[in-house]
Amino acid sequence: MNNENMQAIVERPSDEEQHHPMEDLLRMDRMPHIWCPGCGLGSCLTAFVEGLIKADVNFDKVAVVSGIGCTGRVAGYIKLDSYHTTHGRAIPFATGMKLANRDLTVVVFSGDGDLFAIGGNHLIHAARRNVDINVICVNNFIYGMTGGQNAPTTPLKAYSSTAPYGNYEQPFNLVGVAAASGASYVARWTALHLRRLTDSIAEAANKKGFCFIEIVSPCATVFARRNMGGTGLDLLKEFQKRSIIDHSADPTKIPIDMDGKIICGEFINEDKPTFWENVQSGIKSKVEKEVEWEEMQRKLRQKVTKKSKSME
Amino acid sequence: MFKQSKLYGEFFMQGDIACAEGALSVGCRFFGGYPITPASEIAERMAFRLPLLDGVFIQFEDEIASMSSILGASWAGVKSMTATSGPGVSLMLENIGLGMMMEVPCVVVNVQRGSPSTGLPTSWGQADMMQARWGSHGDYGSISLCPKSPQEFFDLTIVAFNYAEKYRLPVFILSDAIVGHMTEKVVIPPVEEIKLVERKYTKKKPKDYLPYEVVEDLIPEFAKAGDGYRYHTTGLTHDERGYPVMTEECQKICVTRLVEKIKKHADEIIMLEERDIDDADVVVVAYGITARTVVPAIEKAKKKGIKVGLLRLITVWPFPEKRIRKLAQKVKGFVVPEINLGQIVLEVERCAAKYVTTKSITHPGGGIHNFNDIIKAIEEVAYE
Ligand SMILES: Cc1ncc(C[n+]2csc(CCOP(=O)(O)OP(=O)(O)O)c2C)c(N)n1
Ligand code: SF4
Repeated sequence: MNNENMQAIVERPSDEEQHHPMEDLLRMDRMPHIWCPGCGLGSCLTAFVEGLIKADVNFDKVAVVSGIGCTGRVAGYIKLDSYHTTHGRAIPFATGMKLANRDLTVVVFSGDGDLFAIGGNHLIHAARRNVDINVICVNNFIYGMTGGQNAPTTPLKAYSSTAPYGNYEQPFNLVGVAAASGASYVARWTALHLRRLTDSIAEAANKKGFCFIEIVSPCATVFARRNMGGTGLDLLKEFQKRSIIDHSADPTKIPIDMDGKIICGEFINEDKPTFWENVQSGIKSKVEKEVEWEEMQRKLRQKVTKKSKSME
Repeated sequence: MFKQSKLYGEFFMQGDIACAEGALSVGCRFFGGYPITPASEIAERMAFRLPLLDGVFIQFEDEIASMSSILGASWAGVKSMTATSGPGVSLMLENIGLGMMMEVPCVVVNVQRGSPSTGLPTSWGQADMMQARWGSHGDYGSISLCPKSPQEFFDLTIVAFNYAEKYRLPVFILSDAIVGHMTEKVVIPPVEEIKLVERKYTKKKPKDYLPYEVVEDLIPEFAKAGDGYRYHTTGLTHDERGYPVMTEECQKICVTRLVEKIKKHADEIIMLEERDIDDADVVVVAYGITARTVVPAIEKAKKKGIKVGLLRLITVWPFPEKRIRKLAQKVKGFVVPEINLGQIVLEVERCAAKYVTTKSITHPGGGIHNFNDIIKAIEEVAYE
């Protein structure tokens, strides 16, 4: 086919006229991004942006908080208020932000190492408190940014640069941890389930309480090289082959291993009081306390003032 | 505007409580913390008082989360604070560095106890002085204030917030277990009399706003989350847009400004109390509780005919190097008592080195200086 024929079939806009459909929500001035060709993170970011569009949120009121890692770079590419914080600490940062301004939609977007190794304690406590934030965790089974070391998700027997004989540590089942800790919403998708993932992100954006979404996504470079071979696309196909959707699965019983099934779905979607709602209802007696407090202070003040007068 | 605390008058109040009240009166409405002796009373008071003032109190799982949360709260536009002791500060340091790099206004209170490690939980020390200056990795300018009494713990908490807002950084209050736990008269002024400094919120249009613009006073304008600016900020070395740039030039501009913005404003930041300095032969440089314990020794030395003055550092960082250098040119020497094995004395020595000698009187913590040791040191310097 020659170019002339192509021109005849589709009218193409000139380069100047071409716009990226997500241009308004991405920092185009930072492109190209740093992710490797074939990495799943691009699709995860796309799903995130589309999910937010679908949720019809006020973009001025969305804050994206990331920790450190390849996934953590998402904060830098999204054109919203975005905070690239320290390794593992995105959740408490986001908690502070959300509690200080309850009008914000606060989303934490980070990696499995960031959220479950160094930041594991914050994750379970934020889920326990049911803080009204969304956590999107990209699970690539490895530490991508630092060059392929073991992660708390690395499957048993998989190789990593710090597990040259194969990993001998039992991995975390992320959805299981989030569910057991008290999250209001828990889902798992692979980076291939784009439509369902987008729906989940949209659902979480408008849902109150602690929402957790795991995205199983290929690290084409440092995980695949040692373990599966192939390109990013091959990995996605492999994930597709292995994944089944079962919304009724018990999230605590569906770990991911080297060659078994990857159970995906929306496992938990509950309504329960959030941290802030509990604070509000817990201080019902606030007005009485306030009166009591001011009365006490008034008496105390009189007493001290009298005493210091008598000392003069 | 926030719902003001209407508490005012004279009180018989513990230092830690005075600190919490100081924070409330200047408008702190977010406290994230983790209990530790001798700072817990601050959290306890905040837990009771903040809900009454429509503020937020949250007890976190650790100090790392606490520090991180107050940065988030501050980005949301709320004055925020945490309070802890040495072991807690050790955990907070990485995020204190993030606060320095992102330039986030907030206050970190360290009620110091004996250290290192778990040290003396219920007893005192002043051994975190250098940690407050250099604790987090990297170069940055920092501000630390040292109260000597519950009244000052109240007053300096207000100042700390005002400095944090004005210069955009986490500001330290370096108190200690004695000041934290002692109960004395505290006068709380009516709300109208409390000076509030608000941060420089940008009025620019979002498209013209640069979160880290290099401006004349070196303090960039602030935009809070949710105001439609859609800015990016990071702990990575960044340019004026807040975008990471991994170059030597960018590192130079970014980090130098963090140091220079404090240096440039040092004269407005530094507060000192001077007693009998003008014709002094010997100057005792002290801070915090030590500045009170040395007073009887100074008085005794004066009775013995020695001309001795007291220079009390209210601001410890930035260090008042200009003042010490100037004094060094006319006195016989300095005496620096502190409840550590010699930290701030290094700074005094550095400034005085060309001119006179400096005598360090150390104390390992868990007690205060012996009266006679101070007199002896003053005499040694006077008659050297
Ligand atoms: C306190 C601290 N320790 C270690 C590091 C180094 N580090 C950077 S990213 C990373 C792992 C990230 O792994 P993960 O969260 O799985 O993200 P990925 O890169 O795989 O997306 C580590 C250990 C750091 N930045 N800070
Ligand atoms: S190292 Fe792996 S996770 Fe990181 S960008 Fe490359 S492919 Fe993606």
